[in-house]
Amino acid sequence: MSNLSRRRLIVSGLAATAGASGLAMAARLAQKYGLIPPDHGGIYGLGETLTYASHRLLTRHSLAREFPRSSISPRPFPNDLAPLTDEFKGHQAAGFVNWRLSVDGMVAQPASFSIADLKSYPSHSHVTELTCEEGWSYIAEWIGVPLSHVLNLVGVLPQARYIVYVSMEPDTWDSIDMADALHPQTFLCYGMNGNELPVPHGGPLRMRLPRQIGYKNLKFITRLTVTDSMKGFGKGCGSAACEAGYAWYTGI
Amino acid sequence: MGTLGRAQLPAEASLPSRVSNALVTKPAPRHSALVRVTHWITTLCFFALLVTGIEIVISHPRFYWGETGNVLTSPLFQLPIPSSRRLVPTRYGYVLPDQNGWSRALHFEAAWIVVLTGLLYVISGLLTRHFRKDLVPSRADLSWRTLLTSFVKPLRWQRPSAAEAFSYNGVQRLTYLFVLFVLFPLVIWSGLAMSLGFISAFPWSVALLGGRQSARTIHFFVSLALVLFLFVHVGMVCLAGFWSRTDAMITGRIGTGKEHP
Repeated sequence: MSNLSRRRLIVSGLAATAGASGLAMAARLAQKYGLIPPDHGGIYGLGETLTYASHRLLTRHSLAREFPRSSISPRPFPNDLAPLTDEFKGHQAAGFVNWRLSVDGMVAQPASFSIADLKSYPSHSHVTELTCEEGWSYIAEWIGVPLSHVLNLVGVLPQARYIVYVSMEPDTWDSIDMADALHPQTFLCYGMNGNELPVPHGGPLRMRLPRQIGYKNLKFITRLTVTDSMKGFGKGCGSAACEAGYAWYTGI
Repeated sequence: MGTLGRAQLPAEASLPSRVSNALVTKPAPRHSALVRVTHWITTLCFFALLVTGIEIVISHPRFYWGETGNVLTSPLFQLPIPSSRRLVPTRYGYVLPDQNGWSRALHFEAAWIVVLTGLLYVISGLLTRHFRKDLVPSRADLSWRTLLTSFVKPLRWQRPSAAEAFSYNGVQRLTYLFVLFVLFPLVIWSGLAMSLGFISAFPWSVALLGGRQSARTIHFFVSLALVLFLFVHVGMVCLAGFWSRTDAMITGRIGTGKEHP
């Protein structure tokens, strides 16, 4: 072995070691600062992680664009809806007076709220766009209570990292990180364009995240669970959509 | 990058003066290692982006102008293809299977890889003066007669001369510069302008394009232009000699004249 090739071997060995430990350090830092999404595994994990991490670094506090009332779409398109369950139809027939939103998990005070309870808190609204991953969109006024308000009422424990939200539709649940959960535009939404939130749009209660795609804005919310890890929720990748092959983070 | 510029190339008397001096003392490959590697990574990503982009379009083959658009508004145009969504009105009596989950994931992953690859290419291209040497046309390249000749020759399906294997003509230079510094930035910009997270931080990026649906329509047309470039590019490679040009982009070597079988 000549001197040159030995030197080259040593140098590239050192470089590889430095690169590998650099990557390991980056991964640990990313984990510490919450830059790794629950669906970071698999062949698309690299892309999901780069997108989520860069958005968390760039957009943690940025606000979704709000529009003047004049740009509200005259005919908001409610997407395809699975057939309503008998349980839901029962609530609908009763005018949703018995609808409950339960909050449990890592909270000081587990609680349950009726729609009337939620409406008794200061109501907020924003005129924002709802965008479907398919490509279409519309603008509406969304009325509700900021999720952060409800989370403050129940007292989220400091180790909390995710809010899991569950729909009355079968096998429909999702989760968001605390940055999105505490974001001022994230609503538990019960009204639209000055009226009740229509059932095709998710009434009586919908999760509204104007910085994420439509399928993350689940309809018919009945339960919130605060957790520090997505392990133990389904397959652990953060959402039912993820288990069906759709990304967990949808700011893109 | 110790091997950069060390590949074998016989010094030939017929080389154009632009490169010959360097070649006599230190044979340089037709394409540097970095250009070759980034070229093929870009090729792979381009195909991934194209296939997944088509799949995503199939879920809503309607295009709009402005901020919003959906099946309850009138489109700018609709592609005459079937859709993978039941509620999109098409002239077809069937609905294609939904492929958006993996398509979106692969689209964005390939976009990340190709953008990082492109950044590496641009930075190294500036440092090694690759753009200045190989892509910026000289005054002579830009004379109308030369440009016209370079443009018309392939249209008549005339093979380039042997000397042209070592350097690009004016039309090629202008085309590559246009693709690199106009089409690629535009397709990246219009893609980012559809990202809800990105535009919450940089709202001007979508405002300048005239709204999110406008960005989507622009993204579609710039992608079409890139596909057109791909067809012409591959066509020209075939005309010049598919294997020698492909070999030059894989190994860096230029074929020795056994080009046309």
